Amino acid sequence: MVELERVGYRIGQKWLVRNIDLKIEDGQFWIFVGPNGAGKSTLLRLISGELSPTTGWIRFFGKSIDEYSPQELARMRAYLQQKREINFPFRASEIVLLGRHPHLNGAKETPSDIAIAQEAMKQVQADIFAERLYSTLSGGEASRVDLARILAQAPRLFLLDEPTNHLDPRHQVQILRLCRSIVESGRTVIAAIHDLNLASMYAEHVLMLREGNPVAVGTPAFIFTPEQLEAVYDVPFEVMQLSSGQRVVVPLPSDSTPKTGGLRNVSKLSSSQYGSSRTTATG
Amino acid sequence: MPNRAKILLILGSLLPISLCVAAGVGAYQILPWRIPRILLFHTDGFEVLLYVRFPRVLLSAMVGSVLAISGATLQGIFRNPLADPGLIGVTAGAGLGAAIWIVLIGSGFLGIWGVPVAAFAGGVLVTIGVWKIAQTQGQVLTVTLLLAGIALNSFAGAGIGLMTFLADEEQLRSLTFWLLGGFGGATWRTVAVTLPVAAIGAIVLFRLARALNAMSLGESEAYHLGVSTESLKRWAVFGVALTVGAAVSAAGGIGFVGLVVPHLLRLMGGADHRYLLPGSALGGAILLVLADLFARTVAVPAELPVGVVTALLGGPFFLWLLMRFKKEVVYG
Repeated sequence: MVELERVGYRIGQKWLVRNIDLKIEDGQFWIFVGPNGAGKSTLLRLISGELSPTTGWIRFFGKSIDEYSPQELARMRAYLQQKREINFPFRASEIVLLGRHPHLNGAKETPSDIAIAQEAMKQVQADIFAERLYSTLSGGEASRVDLARILAQAPRLFLLDEPTNHLDPRHQVQILRLCRSIVESGRTVIAAIHDLNLASMYAEHVLMLREGNPVAVGTPAFIFTPEQLEAVYDVPFEVMQLSSGQRVVVPLPSDSTPKTGGLRNVSKLSSSQYGSSRTTATG
Repeated sequence: MPNRAKILLILGSLLPISLCVAAGVGAYQILPWRIPRILLFHTDGFEVLLYVRFPRVLLSAMVGSVLAISGATLQGIFRNPLADPGLIGVTAGAGLGAAIWIVLIGSGFLGIWGVPVAAFAGGVLVTIGVWKIAQTQGQVLTVTLLLAGIALNSFAGAGIGLMTFLADEEQLRSLTFWLLGGFGGATWRTVAVTLPVAAIGAIVLFRLARALNAMSLGESEAYHLGVSTESLKRWAVFGVALTVGAAVSAAGGIGFVGLVVPHLLRLMGGADHRYLLPGSALGGAILLVLADLFARTVAVPAELPVGVVTALLGGPFFLWLLMRFKKEVVYG
């Protein structure tokens, strides 16, 4: 459904992404990985249509995305942004209902729109703070409200920029399970994610980027090898096997002294604090 | 949210009441409930009511409502509750137009229409200037729009200062009075000329309500929800230029209504622009009708400029807002 052909995006002289060829089918779960500034977000924004590629083409269902109107695009794909800030007193439920905007054609929300929004909030357990003001929510709660909003948008393609950011482990797993169920219903998820292990448990396709260039494409098992990871992240990795058979990759500090050194510092600090408080007590 | 319907209903019934009270109070007192009879049977006070009070209260209601709608719209566009209709240069531009007319051209040409026409033209021209400067490669970035507005505002302010410097005693008097704002010269003709322009602008702005809600999430979020953000900004600036241009040309520079009213309404019923815009229209009208009533009765027989009254109310309110804002920033 989504095709990228020699896609590049440049600001001034700097290429933020370059030479991206990608074909994403319905029902696939893709993740984009790479260090900060590798171009993951830029690539997601290009696919969303928000940015226009400097070179190459992006097509949805065989048609170039600049042939779609913003509203047509909004019915096909939804985008979860990393940073969100709302200065006005909107309730969480109102934010979620905004997800129905592309389907309304200027009319008022119908009961079915409201039902869709409520169902979306239940799916990410955001219904418990539906009536709270968005600005009073914690980072993780706000993330779930935004996820509910794009679920309410009911697109065929979900573009998620760091969807697990700010979430506790339980909700991280839940979001990825949710992505899995979206994919199993025949829709598509593309997510930029930093947690390689979590990603590899749920996604079947990985695009690895470095400095805007595609480094590797394939399954998590194929991509996440110590050599490949070290080449991209500039830090050594080790692969370990869990008792369940699941492989995990762990970054290693380049020398092992900082950790023990740090610990020793902590104990030293606490003992000296203890000592000083004792001296004040006796003195 | 039924709460919002209730707020709109209450404001909607307070507006006619405040109009009638304001129409009745003055050197010639008329009790509000006598107004229908006076109008029907042309009894004592008919002339005062029809030719003096009515155009004045109607004009102040119109100016108050469009200033408040424009403020709410620009706050939505800039996603900042501290934005003001003057931000895109329309108020300062109108002031400059009026100042140039009063000082350099004088009152002979175009008669009493000279100043309002010059003000409207100045407001619209400076707004177009701000828009053009903010345009980069066919796009208008909200930040550049804001900065261009600040730049041209200070430029227009300098122009007004220069005109003040060049003015003689009498010109200075009328210039000052105009810049401070007031409804002393309101006639049916002023209403007839400015109301259609303001109404068109207001209709344009009302139609943006839903898109402004999406815009509150952020510009790219709004785009992802299917809003054409460029056309939203263009229509918003167009609507604000028309409404505020008409308001300023009718009544001079009246500050703080556009800032205070939308904020109060958000505190009462939340931020949904489909409630906020009509609510601000009603609230702004009520506030300015009452402010004008206060301005012309507090120091009889003299009249305070209504802009001074709104600034007196608005200044402390703005500070309170700022304090609250600071607290939110500091304590998350």
